[in-house]
Amino acid sequence: MESGKEKEDYMKSCGIIELDQADIDKLGILKNTNVCVSSKFNRVVVKAILATQGPHPGLGWIPMGPWANMLVDNNTYSTGTPTFKGTPVTVEPAEDEKVLSSIDLVLKACMEE
Amino acid sequence: MSKRLTDIICPFCGTLCDDIEVEVSDDGKQILEVYNSCAIGSEKFLHAQSPDRITRPRMKQEDGSWKETTYEEAAKYTAKILCDAKKPLMYGWSSTSCEAQSTGHMIAEQVGGVLDNTATVCHGSTLIAMQDVGIPSCTLGEVKNRADRIIFWGCNPAHAHPRHMSRYSIYSRGYFTGKGSKSRKIIVVDPRPTDSASLADEYIQVEQGRDYELLSALRAALRGAQLPDKVSGVTKEKIYEIVDILKGGRFVVIFFGMGVTHSLGKNHNIDMAIALTADLNNYTKASIIAMRGHYNVTGSGQVLGWQFGFPFCVDLSRGFARYNPGETSSNDLLMRGEVDGCLVVGSDPGSHFPIASVKKIHDIPTVCIDPHTTPTTAVSTCHVPVAIVGIEVGGSCYRMDNVPIESRKVVDPPAGMLTDAEFLGLVLKEVNHIKGVAE
Repeated sequence: MESGKEKEDYMKSCGIIELDQADIDKLGILKNTNVCVSSKFNRVVVKAILATQGPHPGLGWIPMGPWANMLVDNNTYSTGTPTFKGTPVTVEPAEDEKVLSSIDLVLKACMEE
Repeated sequence: MSKRLTDIICPFCGTLCDDIEVEVSDDGKQILEVYNSCAIGSEKFLHAQSPDRITRPRMKQEDGSWKETTYEEAAKYTAKILCDAKKPLMYGWSSTSCEAQSTGHMIAEQVGGVLDNTATVCHGSTLIAMQDVGIPSCTLGEVKNRADRIIFWGCNPAHAHPRHMSRYSIYSRGYFTGKGSKSRKIIVVDPRPTDSASLADEYIQVEQGRDYELLSALRAALRGAQLPDKVSGVTKEKIYEIVDILKGGRFVVIFFGMGVTHSLGKNHNIDMAIALTADLNNYTKASIIAMRGHYNVTGSGQVLGWQFGFPFCVDLSRGFARYNPGETSSNDLLMRGEVDGCLVVGSDPGSHFPIASVKKIHDIPTVCIDPHTTPTTAVSTCHVPVAIVGIEVGGSCYRMDNVPIESRKVVDPPAGMLTDAEFLGLVLKEVNHIKGVAE
């Protein structure tokens, strides 16, 4: 985070989803491959990796950053704070799709529509 | 011959470590090594030396490329977009000094802006809860010297505040806690068994988003009430056991983070955590402290508080300060399309706001004052790089427990670079000129 958010290291640290092995098996995906995570708000391609701080069955974890923020609920329920946690998501294989860098991801999303 | 500077303040997280030592070259221009800091803190000091650092303001051209400009031109542009806007949003303020914040607030008063800091996507819910039910709190010094029961609820200091545990909350040896970690019981509550949980005596795996229920159950158990077999995925036996551990302590401190402020319930989760702290005071001494993220987000709340009476979401567009999270908060304003000009200072909403809000920032004229290249600078129309507070310029900062600490300069910024307080001073001068205000 402090080494430069435009750098590849940031993408490798935050452009991921951590999942339990049991959930990886259930979803029919392979660890260390790219997956498409979608919520009712948007979708994003990240790399699925085995939970480093687990087990947490049924729970996917994407670190704070632009990849997670593609998916979260922007409703603040009158608190000012969007609902960053607890977003229901679907995870599907996307081995052919690329994980975008932070800046490319944000710029591409802003150019859409 | 290199020099070793001592008692340097680390400008990364809210722990604001004040025992950093930095080795600088003989001419005082280059940082050679950083001692005592965590990996993230070291990286921040060393990244300041990055050879690809942007050192001059730049304006985005129509084709998306950047063109270098001067600080004077950038200040004129910033003043113009703020004065032209009906509702300019001035967001960030958490990674800069209180002095820069104060200058920014003078600009906001002139242009009728909305001042909001990163608490709005962080501990904003905590601030609302504090206004609703009050907060029994203490300083980290008291934690170090007295606390023998520590709860980390929905926070992961092992990653986010790496030296918090060694300086204050687990391993530190204080006046009444001479045996360090042996004199303390550590409890971690989190849906994930985090690296912090691995350091705890007790780990409670709460179901995601069920913090309110578990906190209520702890309060009920504390009063001797009967509980159902399981609450939030935790057995009643475990809940009674935790309550016994807490009641048996001399001083309980609850630290909490984004796990509770970002999950549904938000400020009401914190209400309940504060109420639990208050209840614990019937049996022993208890305090609660928010694990503030940016090194000076607490300072921004303080400066806004003493100048306008509110800690975030301060709307000055009617000529007086209004505060209503949900209405005057950055994300709500952006989502409703009310913002027509934006100034971001020392923060990265491009990464940390939901993408729908980032799109709105992209669509309006935005100036980003930040030493680094970030997704926010990418969606801005003007990027103003500045000297890094705490490394290249000193300034006042507030630690997470509201203790003010003066950060220190370690090396000079690259030649010709201004500090954010200096640049905001230029903007204020231009704004005064446009508004016809005598200096």
